[in-house]
Parts: sequence; structure tokens; C-alpha cells
Amino acid sequence: MTDTLSASLSESGDTQRTRWKYLDTILNRPGPFTDEEWLPGVMAIEGLSRSKILVIGAGGLGCEILKNLALSGFKDIHVIDMDTIDVSNLNRQFLFRHADVGSYKADVAAKFVEKRVKGVKITPYCGKLQDKDEEYYMQFAMIVCGLDSIEARRWINATLVGMVDEDNPDSMKPLIDGGTEGFKGQARVIFPTMTSCIECQLDMHAPRAAVPLCTLATIPRQPQHCIEWAHIIAWEEERKDITLDNDDPEHITWLYQKALKRAQEFNIPGVTYSMTQGVVKNIIPAIASTNAIVAASCCNEAFKIATNTNPFLGFPGTNNYMMYTGDESVYTYTFEHERKPDCPVCSEGNLARPLQVDPKVTLQEFLDDLAERPEAQLKKPSIRSEAKSLYYQTPVGLEEQTRPNLSKKLSELVEDGEEVAITDPAFPTQFKYKLIFK
Amino acid sequence: MSDLPPPVQGPTAKEKKYDRQLRLWGATGQIALEDSHILLINSGPGVVGLETLKNLVLPGIGNFTIQDSAVVSEADLGVNFFLEEEHLGGYRAEHTCNSLKELNPDVQGHFVTEPVESWLTQPDALKQYTLILVTAPIRPELLTSLSTHASAALIPLFYIHCVGFYSHFSIHLPPAFPIVDTHPDLETTTDLRLLKPWPELLDFATEKTQGLDTLSAEDHGHVPYIALLLYHLEEWKKEHDGQAPQNYKEKTAFRETVSKAARTNSAEGGEENFDEAVAAVLKSLNPPEPSGSVKDIFKAPECVLVKKDSPSFWVIAHAIGLFYTKYGVLPVPGSVPDMKARSADYIQLQNVYKSKARKDMAEVLESIRFLERTADRSTQIEEKHVEAFCKNAAHIKLVRGRPFHVVQAGETISWGDRAKSIAQTLTFPDSLVPLYIAFLAWDQFVATHDKDALGGAPKVPGETDPDTDSEKVTGIASKIMDDLVKEGSASVDEDEDATVKAQLQDFVQELVRAGGAELHNIAALTGGLASQEVIKVITEQYVPVDNTCVFDGVRSRTMVIRV
Repeated sequence: MTDTLSASLSESGDTQRTRWKYLDTILNRPGPFTDEEWLPGVMAIEGLSRSKILVIGAGGLGCEILKNLALSGFKDIHVIDMDTIDVSNLNRQFLFRHADVGSYKADVAAKFVEKRVKGVKITPYCGKLQDKDEEYYMQFAMIVCGLDSIEARRWINATLVGMVDEDNPDSMKPLIDGGTEGFKGQARVIFPTMTSCIECQLDMHAPRAAVPLCTLATIPRQPQHCIEWAHIIAWEEERKDITLDNDDPEHITWLYQKALKRAQEFNIPGVTYSMTQGVVKNIIPAIASTNAIVAASCCNEAFKIATNTNPFLGFPGTNNYMMYTGDESVYTYTFEHERKPDCPVCSEGNLARPLQVDPKVTLQEFLDDLAERPEAQLKKPSIRSEAKSLYYQTPVGLEEQTRPNLSKKLSELVEDGEEVAITDPAFPTQFKYKLIFK
Repeated sequence: MSDLPPPVQGPTAKEKKYDRQLRLWGATGQIALEDSHILLINSGPGVVGLETLKNLVLPGIGNFTIQDSAVVSEADLGVNFFLEEEHLGGYRAEHTCNSLKELNPDVQGHFVTEPVESWLTQPDALKQYTLILVTAPIRPELLTSLSTHASAALIPLFYIHCVGFYSHFSIHLPPAFPIVDTHPDLETTTDLRLLKPWPELLDFATEKTQGLDTLSAEDHGHVPYIALLLYHLEEWKKEHDGQAPQNYKEKTAFRETVSKAARTNSAEGGEENFDEAVAAVLKSLNPPEPSGSVKDIFKAPECVLVKKDSPSFWVIAHAIGLFYTKYGVLPVPGSVPDMKARSADYIQLQNVYKSKARKDMAEVLESIRFLERTADRSTQIEEKHVEAFCKNAAHIKLVRGRPFHVVQAGETISWGDRAKSIAQTLTFPDSLVPLYIAFLAWDQFVATHDKDALGGAPKVPGETDPDTDSEKVTGIASKIMDDLVKEGSASVDEDEDATVKAQLQDFVQELVRAGGAELHNIAALTGGLASQEVIKVITEQYVPVDNTCVFDGVRSRTMVIRV
């Protein structure tokens, strides 16, 4: 088998395969779990080399993903990241050095991996996902995501679901997504419209409940409450004209001192500079080990999808999600997350989800609740009913015109059982709810 | 700004660089990492060991040394990220060491290119290392000598396989590996002692619930839920012969009582503090009984007999054991979850718990000082260590480290006291015990095959003839399995036997398919797992794998087995 392969490859002009000896052993041999119709050898190798793949994020996971894909035989890799390198990235983002602080992550990462792994082409884009359109995303065979933002994940997910055209099988782009927090993480594979999507799984990543404003303002109990007070209330009151910059040490120091003073007034111990930074920047602990595990799991699935060398996660009707916990021994739970029939993004026809509401709450309260609801998490919603516009964030004129509705009760604005459609600039889709009065 | 204290010293350069990890293991964990010197004995394609080291160099271990006598070949460049074209023909140890050093200027890297066989025969070759990583394939006699060293020097030894889509690692820890700082999940482990309140806590509850029914809406809605529960418990006891709710049925009845006591005429239609009280009933009304594993620690021989040179863990454990014998409970940990309450009430409650925790700690400390005198110990244990121990006493862990299997040519593998339990899990659906057995069989093949007749490098299955080697390794694996079933006197019926044998055959075939090749993804993932365990072991924080972990990259699953 190996002999016939090298013969045919040298015919096709590829003399570099000695470098890929280990990878080719797998690509050249069927295994006990490979499909009976799978053809090892040249087809598999060329299919892999031709797969154009997009990596979203060049941070902790992204650095790992780029390295892994380059050493898995992918030749044409694109990477998107809008961030620049910070000194606190260096404990895990191993493609960056101290001298790179301040440069764009995507640029530096692409150059580094291209230099190390000869023959791979990495095309960086230093900007936002949202700058790119469907035509851009259509060029890729699949997309691997290593992000720390739920919004960005939801955006790419909705975009990919929207791109699926039943008459064109190439329009369905597998999305492989990884995420970590401390010693925990997950890797999941999504085949848009065929398997459960990011939006179906949103409630698995519920945001932490916010501390009520009245607690911050009048009855703080925890050091974090004092820091949030300094962050949300004191800054507005005393330094309104200065835009708070989370990366400016003077700003953090100011917040820290304010928080410390408030804590002393209430006899609350425990405010530190590091905690202030953590609360204000919403810092999530991150280490190289967990990133390595989750990124490699994602790339292992990408490799299997591109080569069929073994069954992959996400085949409809099989497992599509691996949950990982590493703080107490090592534990993984691999399962099938099922599609939500009323998913606002991937369900057919985008049917309205029934939502129980108290008719006495105001539109403002309803919208605030929507921002915190695990399955919605909409931060800047605009809402209209079947009959009229209820509230629009933009344009200014419409905002002013609809603003008075915010203080009206729901019962004054909609009928029991009426459908509302909500849009949010963060998502290319609309969310429909059928409001049922409690 | 004038009313603020003078500017503070911001974080140091090091604190900035390591910020995201210091939030996990803190300054003490970081110091432990910086004091370590890790040795990697590398072999095969040599990727998984380096991927492990990468994740240790980044967070800042003190020193590492790579032993590897291989010369960089073209094939390395397609799988190893730390080698590039200009390194071809040079020593792999030297170039990978240099590439890793680039990742963190604070880490010292060293390398050894002498063949492992002769290098290990030098006296004190291993003396300076605080932890050893060794990757397969390796000759069994060498692995045995490393295992002997680990046992004698009481240092951790990791043995790692990474073959195709599969991987495995085993950890040989010292026979007593105690952990105080296990980082339990705070939300699920709060210990409020509601069933064993002390007088000051009861006084607090009485004070805050004085005239509860006549309190204003504002006051009523701010009574801390702990006070509410204690108040209602006292009421309940009056009607139940002085007994608190005993079982699920009584607890739900009690919960109902608390729920009904909430006022519903408020703007929100309920009271948050009562909601919190109701939610806490089932998890907080349990007797504060230490877990079996903690009680086992008190009974351990090292704990029962404290000596002049006992590690401080045992001295403190002994003292806490005495405390438990005397009171039937562990020292109060002293932390209180956040709850709806006025600032001053909450701080007062926090102080009730903190004072009790300090009082309990003082008693433990007194026994420790007595023990130190009677055992004639030269240095006193620092108070902060005693405090940390008391705070987490309910969650301390003791791992009984032991050597892992070293497969010797032609010898039957012995499973000892683990035979029965492992033989039983063999037939569980999704069990990865068969994959572990496939790795043992792979090692048996390596132990009996050489690349040439000169006793040079060992040969791994599937390098040239996967079909023949598969058959051989499957045969070895079946025998290992039969021996295990026999040793564990497990009842495995014919169907189960056939099912597991078929699984074994699949695992072996997939292993042999790789012909000893590493896939970069699997090496990176396994390097992530192994490095995480190294960090836990060095920092003595969190809970390490006890003692073997296998990963199946075909189905993306892991299993931990104690062998």
C-alpha cells in the first residue's frame, strides 16, 4: 500500500511526503472503525490537502488550533481575530513573545506557524467576524472556533445556519467549537440544520446572575459588591467624562481604591487589586493545559471529518458534544445534544417559542429579563408585535418615538397569545416568541 | 481623589504575565512550580512528551531536562512543532530544548543526548529531578529501574503512550500523597452547621427573628435566611420531641412550613430571603458528618502514630482527628455564602462563623503544639497551614500512590487487590479497560521485538506488517484479559467474553494500524492531560488522576482506572 502511494504521489509531483510519514500511515491504512467504502491513500491525502479551513480566534485556543491543523496536513488555513497581544496572554498563547505585545494576534500567529511548518499557507484577517459576508464563509470546507465570546459564537452559528441551501450540499459548513474556563471545557461539532446548533445549546452556558443594583447601592455584603459599585455607580458619578478603559492601570487603581474605601465603611474584608481587575474585566482563569485538550479535541474532529480516517462527533443521531472537567481527576462526558424543535435559529420555519409572561410587567422589565434568560441572552433588543413597533434601538427617530412604550405594561401593548419578533444587532436572525399571559 | 489612600503598587511583571493561572493555584502553587525540575525521557516520534513540557514551560516551571538520543529526521518535521528544517541531522534533545526555552525566558532548559541505557547506569543520574516523564516505547528493564527510583526517592513518575488515535498515561505517586487544597466546588460544599448550632449562632438567630411577625416589610425581607431556618427549626423541634426533620418527607414538610411563612403581599409577590431559605433546606439540613475517605485518613497508620519526622499533614490530621473524636464534627470552616441581608447583619453573621472557626482552629493548634513537644519535633507548623487545613478539613484527600504495570517479556500481569474490581468493569458498556489491556499487550510486543537483531531500539507493532502484528497483539491481549478474569474470580459469561474479546480486537487493530505513529492532535490532547496532572501533583492542589487514564480519540472519551 505504502509503495503504490509514494509512486503515485511522486507522479503528481509531491516529493515532500517523507515529512508526513506518521500521518500517512493512518491515511494509508483502513482501521476497524473506518467505513467499508472509505478509500485510503491518495484520495484521502489529497482531500485533506485541498480542504480550506477557517479558524476563528487566535488566542489561547486559536494558537493551539493553528498549530494542530498545520501538523494534521491542512494546507490552506485562514484565521480571524480582532485582538492585539497582551502580556497576560503569554502564559498560554505560545506563538507570541514579549516583543509581540501590541501586535495583532492573527498576524503574528499566522507568520509563526507558516515559518515552523513548511508548505502550509495561513491567511490572517485582523478584524471582526461580522465584517465578512456569506460569500466569504462559503469558500471554506469547515470552521473551527476558539472564542471566549458567546455573542461571536451565536453570530457565526446563525450565519452558517442561514447559508444552508438544500439544493447545494456544499453550503453546509461543519462548525467545530471549543471553549474553556480554568480546568473545564467543551468541544462540540455542529452540522448546521442537521444537528443541534449553538443556539439550541445556549442554556448550557447560562450567564452568571447579575447582582441587583439595590444591593450594590445600599447593602453591599461581598468585596465584589463594592467593586461593582465603584465600577457601575461611582465612576458614573465622579468620572463621567472619562471613558473607562479596563486596561488602563490608573483606572483600575481608582476603582480599587474606591471599592476599598467603601468596603472599609461597611467592614467588608477582601477587596484586592487583583479581584478588582477580575470583576471589572470579567476575567476567566485560563491555562495552557485545558486549551491544549479542548483545541486538540476540536482539531481531532476536524481531521476525522476531512479524512474519514475514523468516525467523528456530530454525525446526525450520534454524539456531538464532549464535556471536560479536570479539577478533580479527569472526567469527560460525551453525549448527543439534541436539536430544539423551537430553536429560533435552526428550527424549520422559525416558529415562535411560547413564553410565559406576567402581563403586569413593563416592556422595559420584560426586555431586561430577556437579557438574562439563559435561552435568550439578548443585550440590545428591538421588538415589534404583529401589529406595531414596540421598541427600536435605532434609528434615533424611531427610538425616541417608541421609548414611551418601555414604561407601559405588556398588557397595554400586546394581546394574550400574540407573537413578537425580536432583533438584536449581534445576530443575523430574529427571535420569535408567543407571549402567554400568566 | 483627595479622600482616597495613596496610589497602590500595581501587580508585578510576573503577576501580570501569570495572572490567568494565579487565579487558579495562587502564589504558593506558583512557587512550587518554580521549584520543580522535570525530566522527560523521550522516545518514539517523541511528540507527546514535548507537548506535555510545553504546557509546563508556559506556566513557569523552574527547570526541565530532555533526555533523547534521536537525531532529527524529515519525519519529525511533519509531527513535531518544536523542530524545523534547519535542525535536520542535529540532536532532537538539543533543538526541542531550545525551542521550548523560547516560550518562557524564566525557565531553564537542559538536554542529554547520551542513550538512555547507558545514561541511567550513571550513579545519581536522576538525583536532581523532582518529577519524571517517560514516553513509550521503552524497554521494560529501564522502566523498572525508573519505577524503583520513583519508589525510593518518593518522586512522581509518569508513563505515557500516544499511538494513533489512542493514548494512555499512568502516574506512580508516593505511597502517601495527601492534598489539603482540593478546591472543592464552593456552592455544593457549604457547611453551615444548622443541625449543630453553637450558642452564638443561636443567639444571632434569636436576635434577628425577634418579633418576626411584627417586623416591617423592609425588615422582614432582609432577615438572613440562616436566621430564618434556625428559627423555624426551633419551632419544628417543639412539635417533634426536640428532633429536627429526619428524612426527605419531613424535610419537604419543613420546607413547606418555611415557604408559607413568607409574606406574599409585597410588590414582587414574595420575599427573596425566604426563597433562599426554601432552596437551602434539602442541602443544608444534613448532619455535618465527615465523608468516609476523611475518616479513613484519621485511621491511617501515619495519622495514628505521629513521629518526629512525620510530614506536617499527618500532625495536623492527627489533631483534627482528636477534635472529631471529642465533638463528633470537624472544625467549622467559617465561610458563609452570600445571601439577601443588610450589610451589617451579614457581616455580623460572617463574624459569628469566623469566630467559631478561629476558636476551633485554636483548639486544634493547641493539640498540635502538644504533639510537637511530645514527638520532639524541631520546628513548629505555621499557623496559616493549620488554618487552611481546618478550613478545608471536610475535603482533604489522600491518594495512595503505587507502581503501575511494567510489562516484562513472558511474564503474567498481576492485578493484585484491583483484580476483582477491574475485572467487573471490563464488561461495562463503554468501558475503556479493554483499551488499557490493548496498551499492555502493545508493551508486551515491544518487550519481545527489536528493530534489528542487535538489541538496539525496540520495535513497535504495525511498523511494517500490521495484519500479522495485529494478530499477535490480539493474542497477547486476550491472554491478559483471561488472566485478569481468573485473578479477579469474575463471572464473565460466554456472550460477555465474546463481546469484550471483539472490543479488544478492534482496539488492538486500531493501535497497530498506527505502526507506532503519533498523530499531532492526540499528542497535543494527551500532553494537555498529562501536564495538567503534573501541575496538580507539583502544586499539591486539586485532585490528581489515581492512577491511570486512557483516551479514545475515535469516540472522544476518557476513563480513569486505578490499577
